[in-house]
Amino acid sequence: MTFLTISHLEKSFGSNRVVKDFDLDIAKGEFVSLLGPSGCGKTTVLRMVAGFETPSQGAIRIDGKDVVGLRPNQRNIGMVFQAYALFPNLTVAQNVAFGMKVKGLPRAEIDSRVTEMLDLIGLPDLGARFPFQLSGGQQQRVALARALAVRPQVLLLDEPLSALDAKIRVSLRMEIREIQRRLGITTIFVTHDQEEALSMSDRIVVMNGGIAEQVGTPFEVYNRPATKFVANFVGTLNTFDAKVENASEGRISLDGVAMTLPAAVPTGGRVAIALRPEAVHLGRAAGREVVLPAVIEDVHFMGSVIRVRARVAGASVALDTFNRADSPPPAVGSSAEVSLSARDVIVLNG
Amino acid sequence: MKTTRFWSYAAFIAGLIYFVVPLIGMFEFSLRKRRGEYSFDAYTSVLNDPQFQQTFLYSVALSICTILLGVLLIVPTAYWVRLKLPRMRPVIEFITLLPLVIPPIVIVFGYIRLYNTSSWLPFTGTAMGTNVLLTFGYAVLALPYMYRAVDTGLRAIDIATLTEAAQSLGAGWVTIIWRVILPNVLVAVLSGAFLTFAIVIGEYVMSALLDRPAFGPYLVWIGANKAYEPSALAVMTFAITWACMGLIQLITRFSKHTRAMA
Repeated sequence: MTFLTISHLEKSFGSNRVVKDFDLDIAKGEFVSLLGPSGCGKTTVLRMVAGFETPSQGAIRIDGKDVVGLRPNQRNIGMVFQAYALFPNLTVAQNVAFGMKVKGLPRAEIDSRVTEMLDLIGLPDLGARFPFQLSGGQQQRVALARALAVRPQVLLLDEPLSALDAKIRVSLRMEIREIQRRLGITTIFVTHDQEEALSMSDRIVVMNGGIAEQVGTPFEVYNRPATKFVANFVGTLNTFDAKVENASEGRISLDGVAMTLPAAVPTGGRVAIALRPEAVHLGRAAGREVVLPAVIEDVHFMGSVIRVRARVAGASVALDTFNRADSPPPAVGSSAEVSLSARDVIVLNG
Repeated sequence: MKTTRFWSYAAFIAGLIYFVVPLIGMFEFSLRKRRGEYSFDAYTSVLNDPQFQQTFLYSVALSICTILLGVLLIVPTAYWVRLKLPRMRPVIEFITLLPLVIPPIVIVFGYIRLYNTSSWLPFTGTAMGTNVLLTFGYAVLALPYMYRAVDTGLRAIDIATLTEAAQSLGAGWVTIIWRVILPNVLVAVLSGAFLTFAIVIGEYVMSALLDRPAFGPYLVWIGANKAYEPSALAVMTFAITWACMGLIQLITRFSKHTRAMA
């Protein structure tokens, strides 16, 4: 059941169209991420949902009601900002209570809700502190509590983790997802960090140049990218230029080695194909029918994973292998073989 | 290194002498009313003068009205200009500087011409109307100081994000200004308020030409008719101004969130 509908949304600043014919349906309780590079229009879409920008065209419906004509303070939307945006003159408890005071709720209800929210974010004892007395992660959790305290219909998260250090970012994204699941609140999350989007979302909208290039689950977006941009933007990708032998049967050859893809390929002499690092195996392996010669160019030891860069079929290829104490990584400059399966090949369109 | 320090101290001491010696001289002179010995007679005489009390209270009341008017006028304006009309800032700043280049006598004659008893808005027809007109005039005189103080305060906070955060929580413009913006620029507003107070307390031209019983004309009158009392009054006015400065410092120090922003 669709709860939030964005249809034919457009936004122009002067002659610059930053959002173009954007459509999206979000179910109640769903966590959707808008993922894309800087300037792709993701924040503009979020700000139009919040009411901070007026669409040039299109509709935004929340629970069946068109909200385009409503002011931000009339939309019952909670928002968390990258810069925390806690009111510096108010304590943590007063910040959380702010929206409820604006609504004119009774004092007892406000107090009980503040306690509930501070418990929810795991900061029950910090109600009397001022924002400057908190760490970045704590401030962002308070900002989340403040946004949730007014029981919004939709929660908007505008790159809330970008200002935090890496470790806090990982733990806080799990906390945010856990809280969102517990409350069942419909959420739109804007990020340029693919790892955040992949790990947190029910669905991801990959945006580029103001349009949604692909909408899908993290699994779909990662494994079956719809366009070349999505394939390149989400995850690391090894691209090859292959020769089409038989387009309808999906037969191609890579560096003289033939393989048959599960689906037909576009007609024409050449086709761009891609493989994720984990789809390329160092050495031969069962179930990987295509074997190609390789020369090791670089080895990055990253602990549990070793990322090897090798030259394969004229291209520089990244491949990941798990660390094993009894098997040291290959030497740089040595010859090796890599194996892959035609099932894992991504045909790049667009 | 040592030479630099020497010249720093030398400059500081020279400045101190330049400012403090005349004050000491004035204070010393204000104590000489009783022949042959120091006393506070000049101060007692001033404080017991009913005209002093009346004019001082009148100017204090008007300065409070001016401060309120200034805050009501300038905080929303400076906020709106920063938030929605950043390109208009140079124009607004120019307008706020006009009172420094247009003499008060020009402004007050303009007022008298525009708002006299035969005009469509006869402010000068009644004492209360003239008081209102004088308050408007004082607000104009204080505009450069008040606007700059508030604008500097606004620069220190991210008003765009705070505004959006408040809006997303259901707040309207009045709530945002009253409960989010104003408390966060309170120290700046107080600085502007104390400067306004200092201007209004000593202002002469407008109040004299509008014939209001303000403290400025009283200062001039007493200066022309008495010997020691003007010095006592000057010392007292100076003390009030310094007390105001001290209050700004105190408020800044005890305001937790302001300390954090600094």
